[in-house]
Order: sequence, then structure tokens, then C-alpha cells
Amino acid sequence: MSEGEPQGTLTVASRLAGYLRGGGIVTPLLTALIAFFIGGLVVALTGSNPFTTYKAIFEGSGLNWLFPWISSEDRMLAALNLQQTLILTTPLILTGMAVAYAFRAGLFNIGGQGQYFAGLYIGVWVGSSLAGLPGFLHIALALVLGTLAGAVWGGIAGFLKASTGANEVISTIMLNYVALWVGVWAFGLGGPLHSDSPSERSVPISDPVVDDAKLPVFWGDPELQGLHVGFFIALAALGVFWVLLNRSVAGYEARAVGFNPDAAEYGGINAGRTYTKVMLSCGAFAGLAGAIDVLGWQFAVATNDIQNAGVVGAGFIGIAVALLGRNTTSGVLFSALLFGALINGTSVRNLDPTIFQPELATNLTLIIQGLIVLIVSAPVIVTTLYRLRPRRARAEEERA
Amino acid sequence: MANDRVDFDLRRGEVHALLGENGAGKSTLMSVLYGLYRPDEGELRLGGEPVTIDSPRRAIELGIGMVHQHFMLVPVMTVAENIVLATEPRKGLLLDMDAAGRRVRELSDRFGLRVDPDARVADISVSQQQRVEILRALDRGADVLILDEPTAVLTAQEAAELFRILRTLTAEGKSIVFISHKLGEVLQIADRVSVLRRGRKVETVAAEGATEESLARMMVGRDVLFRVAKEASEPGPPLLEVHGLEVVDDRGLPAVRGVDLQVRVGEIVGIAGVDDNGQGELVETLTGLRRPQTGTITVDGRDVTGADVRGKLDAGIGHIAEDRHRRGLVLDFSLAENLCLRDYRHAPIARHGLISPRRMNERAAPLLDEYDVRGGSCDSLALSLSGGNQQKVVIAREISEDPKVLVAAQPTRGLDVGAIEFVHRRLIEQRDAGRGVLLVSLELEEIRSLSDRVLVIYDGRIVAELAPEASEEEFGVAMLGGRREAA
Repeated sequence: MSEGEPQGTLTVASRLAGYLRGGGIVTPLLTALIAFFIGGLVVALTGSNPFTTYKAIFEGSGLNWLFPWISSEDRMLAALNLQQTLILTTPLILTGMAVAYAFRAGLFNIGGQGQYFAGLYIGVWVGSSLAGLPGFLHIALALVLGTLAGAVWGGIAGFLKASTGANEVISTIMLNYVALWVGVWAFGLGGPLHSDSPSERSVPISDPVVDDAKLPVFWGDPELQGLHVGFFIALAALGVFWVLLNRSVAGYEARAVGFNPDAAEYGGINAGRTYTKVMLSCGAFAGLAGAIDVLGWQFAVATNDIQNAGVVGAGFIGIAVALLGRNTTSGVLFSALLFGALINGTSVRNLDPTIFQPELATNLTLIIQGLIVLIVSAPVIVTTLYRLRPRRARAEEERA
Repeated sequence: MANDRVDFDLRRGEVHALLGENGAGKSTLMSVLYGLYRPDEGELRLGGEPVTIDSPRRAIELGIGMVHQHFMLVPVMTVAENIVLATEPRKGLLLDMDAAGRRVRELSDRFGLRVDPDARVADISVSQQQRVEILRALDRGADVLILDEPTAVLTAQEAAELFRILRTLTAEGKSIVFISHKLGEVLQIADRVSVLRRGRKVETVAAEGATEESLARMMVGRDVLFRVAKEASEPGPPLLEVHGLEVVDDRGLPAVRGVDLQVRVGEIVGIAGVDDNGQGELVETLTGLRRPQTGTITVDGRDVTGADVRGKLDAGIGHIAEDRHRRGLVLDFSLAENLCLRDYRHAPIARHGLISPRRMNERAAPLLDEYDVRGGSCDSLALSLSGGNQQKVVIAREISEDPKVLVAAQPTRGLDVGAIEFVHRRLIEQRDAGRGVLLVSLELEEIRSLSDRVLVIYDGRIVAELAPEASEEEFGVAMLGGRREAA
């Protein structure tokens, strides 16, 4: 009771609910396992063998590179695959944080994609102009401005909530659309950022990032899209996120507002200002993701890519990353890696069509992703089903 | 260990009270009887037969019903629908709501629990909802009723009505377990009283012959002072001065209408009054959570009328908030984090925008020690503490801010006797240390025993100033606004 959890033997339901509520690694692992299990059933339904399919996906992700026993020929291929996986993981780490930090402040940031677009656009604009600027400066400038653009885009939603009470779920979704269509217009034929190159006159695409502004590749062949240093920038940002959340005054305010806005007010914390600050930070993470992607491997922005990303882009996957990672630093890292591996492993290029139809493979990723979001929301379902009150209600009960 | 080798027996037709401080293990014990928890060892017997109760369903089959503190009713459904839920009478495929209504009426006549079977639960009062819960248990054939803190949500009149119902039930041969931490009502309703302390049963005694003092001693393990001894106050110069304060409530209606008051160095000024007469808005305005329409607030001569929470805090107004769960604490924060809720931005806690957990704990640990906070350390979450210990955390924080004036709003609400005594002692210490204390409470007894002067608030106005020794009648008249008309 008040002196800790009751010691009597608990029923199965309350024990399960305890696992789901409690922190730790059990819940995310269970979640992922269940999602993969159901995904496997789907694979079996299509007439393929789930085990060989998952093995193929695993090898496609390049994670077998970590096994010391594979042959050197396999290792070469695995290295190439792993580089791609980590390239995809990089923006997911950042957009995962963009969603996770908002969650900690009690906000649902669905606008990671729009904030990512802001960083992407500014990144390609800066990266493709100002030729002749020294490489390091050029990269730094493009990354910083891309980050700021994302911050502004996120900050708008925070500011609207603070000043008018506009629900951030609605406003971030709308801002996603605004960002998407601004991009389609700007990079489309005749748009202000449409490529000036005569060969691209009829292609809706931006100018390419100049070579000096491209992020250096540190693993693999730059010609074969090796792993760029953006991966380390994302890891460094994870460190920043940890400090921000757990050690900074701003993070303390964000968590206080997220847990209990009334108590935060009593502590002298202005909830509105906190919402704006939090959304600025979230947008910064997502904007950085966009800038890194365009400077690291995309090198140009085409409108059909924008429209694709508007449906299944890194900003959206970031929601699943944050949910599975329980909004913690290490959780975001590992779930970003999981999703990066999954996307790369199921890509048409990597999956052998004799094992699983490649057209269905990407859908499999989406199914697993959707299942994870669903199951992560399940504690609520489970607790409701078993009529177990959340811990706050229990604590109140024990007060009397 | 929430329950340690507890023996408990219930006789037919009796009200057996289970008394204990917060966290003494009352609710755990009853959860075992209702099949929510299973005991690690020991045995349950019903009518002499050993039984296993592994689920609430089994408990219901055995004739054990429970009325929880938080009602388990479906608000959008009618009273009758709620009562027959899961055992609905049917006519073919359809529900037979006429039969359900009849069933409910029969029950309610038999036990004298008046309810309207066709009313929606969302529309009826809390005390009526409680009756619906009791009826539902009776409808399921309960012979044993477990009531978990049933009076916590009731007014005095409603509680008296509940007691009348309970007597009818026991006259019909039902047995009742009555969980409470309020001494007075336990003596009033119970036949026998079992006292739990820290998971162990202290004693079972007959209510007849027991006194509040004897029960309190068993609960807390030592003598409890219901009135904390204090010296006469020697008030100094004024600290907090309020003139012509007018405040509106959330709906924009006037809530505080021209209040003047003064709290001097070394005195406790009590604000007595019936709930919802502007006390909440007054406290929020004094502590910066709400802005006044007109009027002035000064602390030690400094005008802080328009200051926000931080401004008021910096000026020296501490605030023990009325609702520690909603305002006073972030329940999901650790105790150390809660203890710095008011100054997390400043050195030594924070430097250059970064908070040092080490310095945070270095400050928190001695405070937890000094204020005797039990059941948790620096890193424990606030929600894991009992109410009394949570309140100690709030008080520790507010006093450690070294305020000039401490505004204490309902500082003992929901606390048990031991914790109440602790809080009272601390407030008097603050007074004697040369601070001013403004005590706002709905408990007249508390106001009278602590205050040096009492102001009575009615309809947003201070209608009387009384000495704490004034008679209960005088207070009663003033609290209902009588004094103003007389004057």
C-alpha cells in the first residue's frame, strides 16, 4: 500500500498490468515480439514461410555484420546493408526525439514530418547555393539553418497552443500539410526553388547539394552511398536530449507541466511558455533530421519524394519510435535502430523475391509499425479491460 | 509487508470498524477478503468453513459485497440498469426493465434505501450513488458488506443518513466492515473496532467504553494531543496587509468582495467559513495564482498586488496548497524533485540552466529527515507516499523557502490524527519563529485551536472577527452571514 506495492500474491491481470505500466525493457521487448509474431502470421497467410522471410529481412538489414562467424564475402554485403540501415536510422533517432520530448511535456507532436520538411527544404536550399563557401562552414550553416527552420515550424504549434489553446494534434497535422504543399510548390515546375539546370527543366526537383556541402562518408564507399557523419550528429543529439530532459531547467519544467500542469503553475512555471519552448526543441530535432538527410544522401529534393514522405516519412515513423522507446533516450536509440533495420530489410532491393513478394514487403513494415503503435497503446486497453485503475487513482485512494 | 499476521473476525449483524492511519493496511486486508489480492499465508473462514477467495466473482458468490471509495457505476445508465448490470432480467432477447425496476424498488423498500430506479446515475448526488452501490451489493445477495471509507465523500447530514441505513442493514442480519480513519464516526457506528498499525493488528475492542483518545493511542502508538499546546502570541508589526481586495472566480463572478485583512509577525490568523465562500479565490490571489480586480496586497510594506507566483514567493509568501495532489506535488516526480519545485531554477539547485541531482539530493535528504517523512527517500516518487507524508513534503518545502508569511489552506485535509498533530505543531513553530501564518480551513475546531485571531468569511466578505474562544454558536451565526445583518 502506501509503504510500497502490496505484497500479497497478485492476480494475473494486475501482474500483467504492472509489467505494462512499469518501466524497464520488458514491455518494449514484448511489444516488438508480439508485433513480429502477428506480422509473421500475415506472412504465412500470403503463402510464404515467416521464418525464412524474417531471416531474409534480418540479413537485408545488415545486422548479421555483427556476427563474427559469417564469411568475408557475406560480411562485405552485410557492411553495405548495415550502412543503409544506419543511414535510415539516423533521421529516425532525431524524429523519435521530436515526438518523445513532446510526450514528456504532455503534448502529442504529430508534426514531426512537417518539421522535418522545414529542415529538408532549408537544408537543400542552403546546401545547393553559396557554392565556394568552405565545406565545413557550408555544412554547419545548412545544418544550423535547417534545425532552426524545423524549430520555427514546431514552435508555431507550441505558440498557438500557448496563446489560443489550439490543440497541438490538430495544428501539427495541419502544419504537415502546409509544409508538404509549400514544398511541392517551391520545388515544382516553375517554383522558386525548382532546379535551374537545363537538363532538369521538366523534372520537379531542386538543385543538387554542392559537393563541398555533402556530409563526409566515414564508412563505406561514397559512390555507393556509404554511412555519413550525420549518424554521429544524431548520436550527439541523443546526448543533448538526455541532458535536456533529465538535467536541464527547461526539461524539469517540461516534465512538470507534462505530469501536472496545476502543480507546475504552483511552482511558478508558465505552461504556455513551456509548451512553446518544448515544441521549438522538438522541431529543432526533426528539422535537423531533414537537413542531415538531404546533406547526407538525398542531395536533392524532388516533389514526388515529398509526397511519398508525406505519407510514410521519418516524421511519422518517429511516433512509433517514441512510443516503443517509451520516450527515453536509450529507448529512442534502439527502437530507431529496429525501424531502420526493418525498413531497409524489407526494401525491394534487399528482399529476395523468391522468399517474399517485394511488393508486399514494404507493407509488412507498415503492418509491424502499426501493430507496435497499437500494442503500445494497449496498457490502456488492458487496464480498462481488467478494471484496474491507473496508479494515480490508486494513490489517491490510498491517501484516505 | 502490507499485512502481517492479522486476525480479523466479523459476527453476524455487527458493524466492525477497521481503523488505522494512512497506509496501515486497511484496504489491503479488505482487498484480500474481496479476492483482489491473495494472502501469502493464513486462512479465511466463512461460517466456520475454510474458503478460498481468488476473485471478486468468488467473493460475490460467497455473499461478500464491497463498496469502493471510488464508485464503480456507469454514469450514463440509470440506477436500475446499474444495479442489475450483469444479472439483468430478460424477456426473450430483450432486457426486462420493468422487472429490473420492480427488483430495485423491492430491495430499496426492504432496506430503507431510497433511490429513484429511473434516474441517470450521472444526475444523482454522490450519497445517492453510494446507495446504488450498496443496493447493487445487496442485489447480488451480499451478507457481508465492506465499506471503504464511505463517509469520505459525504457531508455530515449524509453521513448520519448512511449510519441510519447501516443500522437497518444490521437489524436485517447483514454484517458490515466499516473502514475509516475518523475516530468520531467509528465510535458512533461500530460495535467493535479493530485497530491496524503498520500492517499489524494492534487490538480489537468494543466500541462501548472506547474513547477517541484511547483509539488514537492505539492507532499512532503514543498519546496524541488533539489540541496542540501553545503560548499566547505576542504579535509584532504587520507583515501581510490586504486592502479592498476584489477577485472574480473562473466564471467571472465576484468571489472575494472587498476583503481587508492583516497578518502580523508572530500570529496565526484563521479564516473560518463554510466551503465555497471565496476562500479558494482569496488564497489563490494571495499566492499569485489568480489576479485581483482591485485592492492591494503588501508584504512587509512591499506592494505585490500584481505579482505572479514567483513574485509572491520572492516577496515571502509561502503556500501550503489546499490540494496536494493537484497543486502541491507533482506525484510522478521524486521527492527530491518535488522539494525543489519552488526554486529549481536557482543556485544551488541549478547552475547555467542545468540541474544537479547531487545538489538536489543534498538539500532534500536533510529535509526528509527533519520533517520525518517516512516511506520514501530522495528518489522515491511522491505518489508512493501516504497522504500524511506527502503533506510533510509540501510543508518541508514551503518552510525551507523561509517565507515571511505562510498561507496554509486546509493543511490537514484527509490526514489522520498523528499527521494532523505534526502539521499543527509545525504551524505554531512557524508563528513562534516570527513568521505570520494565515490559516484557511473548513474545520472550525482546527481554526479555533490554532488561531490567535479568527476572521469569518461569508460570501466573499469578512463578516466578523472573533476570538478563538468565542462560542460555537457565535461562529455558527457568523459563518452563515448573520453577523453582517446584525451589524
